[in-house]
Amino acid sequence: MALYELTIREARALLRKGEISSVELTRAVLERIEALDSKVRAYLTVTPERALEQAKEADARRAAGDDAPLLGIPMAIKDVICTKGVETTCGSRILKGFVPPYDATVIVKLRAAGAVLLGKTNTDEFAMGSSTENSGYFTTHNPWDLTRVPGGSSGGSAAAVAAGEALAALGSDTGGSVRQPAAFCGVAGIKPTYGRVSRYGLVAFASSLDQIGAFGREVADVASVLGVIAGHDPRDSTSVNLPVPNYEEALIPDIRGMRIGIPKEYFVEGIQPGVEKALREAIRTLEGLGAVVDEVSLPHTSYALPAYYLIAPAEASANLARYDGVKYGLSIPGETMWDGYRNTRGQGFGPEVKRRIMLGTYALSAGYYDAYYLKAQKVRTLIKQDFDKAFERFDALVTPTTPMVAFKIGEKIADPLSMYLTDIFTLAPSLAGICGMVVPCGLADGMPVGMQILTGAFQEPTALRVAYAYEQATEWHKLRPPLDGKAEDKEVVRQ
Amino acid sequence: MKLTLEQVEHIAELAKLGLTDEEKEGYRVQLSAILEYADMIQQLDTEAIPPTATVLPLRNVMRDDEVTPSLPVEEVLANAPDVEDNCFRVKAILG
Repeated sequence: MALYELTIREARALLRKGEISSVELTRAVLERIEALDSKVRAYLTVTPERALEQAKEADARRAAGDDAPLLGIPMAIKDVICTKGVETTCGSRILKGFVPPYDATVIVKLRAAGAVLLGKTNTDEFAMGSSTENSGYFTTHNPWDLTRVPGGSSGGSAAAVAAGEALAALGSDTGGSVRQPAAFCGVAGIKPTYGRVSRYGLVAFASSLDQIGAFGREVADVASVLGVIAGHDPRDSTSVNLPVPNYEEALIPDIRGMRIGIPKEYFVEGIQPGVEKALREAIRTLEGLGAVVDEVSLPHTSYALPAYYLIAPAEASANLARYDGVKYGLSIPGETMWDGYRNTRGQGFGPEVKRRIMLGTYALSAGYYDAYYLKAQKVRTLIKQDFDKAFERFDALVTPTTPMVAFKIGEKIADPLSMYLTDIFTLAPSLAGICGMVVPCGLADGMPVGMQILTGAFQEPTALRVAYAYEQATEWHKLRPPLDGKAEDKEVVRQ
Repeated sequence: MKLTLEQVEHIAELAKLGLTDEEKEGYRVQLSAILEYADMIQQLDTEAIPPTATVLPLRNVMRDDEVTPSLPVEEVLANAPDVEDNCFRVKAILG
């Protein structure tokens, strides 16, 4: 097995035994990036010298007796997370050349835990999108089929992990931006509960929804990364001061007696038959493992999409007011200060970001605030109550992550509403602020299908446990995209 | 909800976005379609429902007023397009 194919768990075992060094591992992943990324295009920025320097440092720490949880593990970071001294663009032309003077809290924590940072991954501009096609730079390709999208907005991170261009990665999830690309690229991913991970240094999109999450090639890896990045941070007043459980201890392959609810509103007309089939089979597997499965109703599900597309753009329109060409990034001066704002923002933002700023500004504007923004916030309450009620009866809910597998590049970009509809299963949990975990659970048309496991606020251990038990009982997480001319592997798996 | 071109121009001005005529017309059509879809939420009776601005029970998070080190001014200004005397330089706001 090539070193870049290792999971964190496998790599950690070899590093501990001294069979490999972090420098060797990091070099193998950098070579993989060098060989493949011209096709996948997962990275906006690769920092090989820094990575090798950090790998050397990790090897020295290990030689000195250190065994930090991610010591020497090469990881990728979504380009919406600030990295001191490394360009951070958010996939936007308006931030081209911006070099943050500080690290996000999650970066400080990853570095303290010994992680080696490979570079910054592509994203839809300011994390607004479902395909990376809204990136101001280029589109990332799905490693399973290069003519398809990797999902978004954290498509670069998901594609990098799927392609062996990183062992794990950080993403961010506002309405599904970790979960949807995890499903599309066939990797594991978690969107923690809102408030579980510090947002300090995460460039803001919609502040009441944004949460940093993690991708890995298996559930245990996601648990390891989450354990490092979770926790209270005085620099983020919305991070919650609750103890961080040992997530690796939650990895128990036993879910006997666990009550799992299947929301009927998530199996609706229009869902791709192969996706539904994979989910139904996965649910049978959970039942076979001893879970007590029953149907549940979340009656306000269909209102999540309109509520989300009023609330998130409203918050975004306020957050993105800071890009004025004065403090950083693109600046196109005009005759007056106001002309400078209009020029810089009009030319610096891409079409989707401008669309959402317009939508949000409208929803907040005089005369429409009550009908749109306030109304959407009330609907948010109803959606949250649906989940509160469901979690009185169930430990976890299981749903498809998306109604379809990864779509073709270019297929939906001209019709924003059809793009928004790809997120219908991830938006409601975001509005409720709960935990969502995704694991691969099959293939449809040769493309990965992801199962979404939802648990109540701060119930990450339960989500990880269900995901882990399922993963240990199935082989889906072992499939790799046919990137090395080994298309025959995929054929075998399909049968 | 069908938007007029004047409304689109008003929103763009509130958001200080300089748009081309083509963009204005595109957003007029697209935003109208999105808002029409969003009008679905008007069907729900939310008379007695309080709004959720945040899912957290936290309110008014306070900290001690202690002096801690700040970033060096030159690092903060390093990304600025135009700087003078340790300040961001902007065009005159008045007059």
